[in-house]
Amino acid sequence: MTAVDTSIAVDRPRSALVHFVRRNVWTLGLVGILVVLLVITKIIQPNYGPPAIQGLAISVLPLAFAAVAQTCAVLSKGIDLSVGSMMAFTSVAAAAMMDNRSESFAILVVVGVLVMGLIIGAVNGALVVFTRVPDIVVTLAMLFVWAGAALLVLQRPGGGSADWLSGLTSGHVFTQWVPKAAVVLLLVIAAVWIPIRRSRLGLSLYAVGSDSLAAFRSGVSVGRTKIFSYMLAGLFSALAGLSLTASTGIGTPVPGPYTLMSVAAVVLGGVSLAGGRGGVFGPVVAVVILSLLRTDMTFLNVNTNLATVAQGVILVGVVMVGSLIQLRRQQ
Amino acid sequence: MSGVSNAQASGRPRWTTASGIRALIRERPIVPLLGLLAILVLVSELIRPGIVTPNWAGVMIRAAVPLAILAGCQTITMLTAGIDLSVGAVASMSGFLVATIVGDTGLAIAIIIALVISGLVGLVNGIGAGVFKVHPLIMTLAMSLVVLGLANVWQLERVQTGSGVPGEFRDLGANMIVQGIPVNLLLFIPLALLIIFTLNRTGFGRLLYAIGDNPIASRLSGAKSWQVLTVLYVLSGMLAGIAGFLLSGLTNTASVTLADSALLPSVAAAVIGGTSIFGGRGTYTGTIVGALILTVISSILSSLGYPEAVRQILFGLMIVFVAAAYTRITTD
Repeated sequence: MTAVDTSIAVDRPRSALVHFVRRNVWTLGLVGILVVLLVITKIIQPNYGPPAIQGLAISVLPLAFAAVAQTCAVLSKGIDLSVGSMMAFTSVAAAAMMDNRSESFAILVVVGVLVMGLIIGAVNGALVVFTRVPDIVVTLAMLFVWAGAALLVLQRPGGGSADWLSGLTSGHVFTQWVPKAAVVLLLVIAAVWIPIRRSRLGLSLYAVGSDSLAAFRSGVSVGRTKIFSYMLAGLFSALAGLSLTASTGIGTPVPGPYTLMSVAAVVLGGVSLAGGRGGVFGPVVAVVILSLLRTDMTFLNVNTNLATVAQGVILVGVVMVGSLIQLRRQQ
Repeated sequence: MSGVSNAQASGRPRWTTASGIRALIRERPIVPLLGLLAILVLVSELIRPGIVTPNWAGVMIRAAVPLAILAGCQTITMLTAGIDLSVGAVASMSGFLVATIVGDTGLAIAIIIALVISGLVGLVNGIGAGVFKVHPLIMTLAMSLVVLGLANVWQLERVQTGSGVPGEFRDLGANMIVQGIPVNLLLFIPLALLIIFTLNRTGFGRLLYAIGDNPIASRLSGAKSWQVLTVLYVLSGMLAGIAGFLLSGLTNTASVTLADSALLPSVAAAVIGGTSIFGGRGTYTGTIVGALILTVISSILSSLGYPEAVRQILFGLMIVFVAAAYTRITTD
């Protein structure tokens, strides 16, 4: 009896540690790949410097937020196919309201759009929970709804962006090598994610994702947690929409390829589609890698369409290797 | 259950009670779906009296057929709890490919090449989903990126003049035999019968339902799921290729993004037709009616003069509503 007790006592912290290391190994590995890729970039394009890095950071911003949005939904074992449409909706809403208005009014608009993101996310979540229709079907349908709503706000690309908002993403901080957009990205994600991760809600998010029945029996309100995860997805989609408006200066009512790319980034970022495993920083690094890869292919004069092919192949390759490892472990 | 027997005991037809209706919908989802379709046709007539003619019906069917084929890909893959998100890219690619090479190779060879490539894409999907156990959503999504990228590369290699869509495809996709009967039914009816026969009457069809319903039980009873899934996704890819021929003929355009907008409606048609995204439940007849329902709904919305925006919103809400009603009825 005592022997059993000690073995559990010894085993538990170690397995927790192993689990922790394994989860971070993926993200650290991605960072390693990114560094290698940056070195390669510098070799093939010796001119690659601060302006290019700033450009990379700005272009990455919307997709990075979209990837975080998708992560929030996937962690609770959902999936949000409406991320791209929510981005279009929030982006045109922001652009339409900020057009020809004062700089200070834009602050109100930004806050309003973020609240709007929470609300449309809550609508998605509530529909998933109360209709008991699979997540993928509900968010597929809401993809049409939010895209339609975006077209109601603006029929064609237009509107405007406040100067301070655009200024927030361009330029650099301290040294030339630290793009402002990257700092904004990390600060915003950290400010929202870290408190949640450490709170009861964050824990129940992971609990519902890994085993909703077990979570329910230990007193977690599954429905409320799912709605919360979709609200987070809505919030980050709104941030992605705002960064679209900030970087282009206008709002475009047609959803870009962000939904599918966000799913790809989530998988590459080490988040399990089965829910409950992974974090938000892996997908962000994955987004940067994917877009740096595209840049490199342009430098090498490779047809950029082959970059799309490469992204698909990488996605398949990573997932196949991942599931092979898992199959091995099960045997 | 007790409601049904009560109704029968009191001598009333079983569909007059609420639980009897539920049982009817659960066992024969095609009946309420046809009812919904009839109501929608009636609504079309009420909104614009005189619009429902054989010609109108023909136009509806002509538009629904490519959608129904793509939704067929979703139906057969969803039966095994999968999904095929590469059908949009594959259908566009096959239509585009034929239009660009038909001048050099002749129609028959061009069709064969396009179908072989569509099948190869499906083969990769099937190996990924079956052998490597990659989630079909991810696998087919990634393959759609690969196909789109390669099609774009091909587009830059090949600059073709005009639309390039062969005249035979235009006849097949856009013409009518007589008023109300589009030519594409000549292709679709045998195809649909083949799918329905395969699902209901062959061992392969049973295996699809079995794997989707309970993968562990089917494995223990000797089904080799990787073989079944590989064949399944090859078939799905080839169906998408065929849909691409019809779509390029219908619109007389060949573009690498032609069928992208049909991807999500194809999933919606299968869901509305009663196919469960969790596998093991669904029929192709339901899906065909689902595709007709979606086509009539979008025609009603456009004849009401609603802008595209309102149409999309109503379209989305309707999918949620129908799916919710289904879930409620079939799980109680």
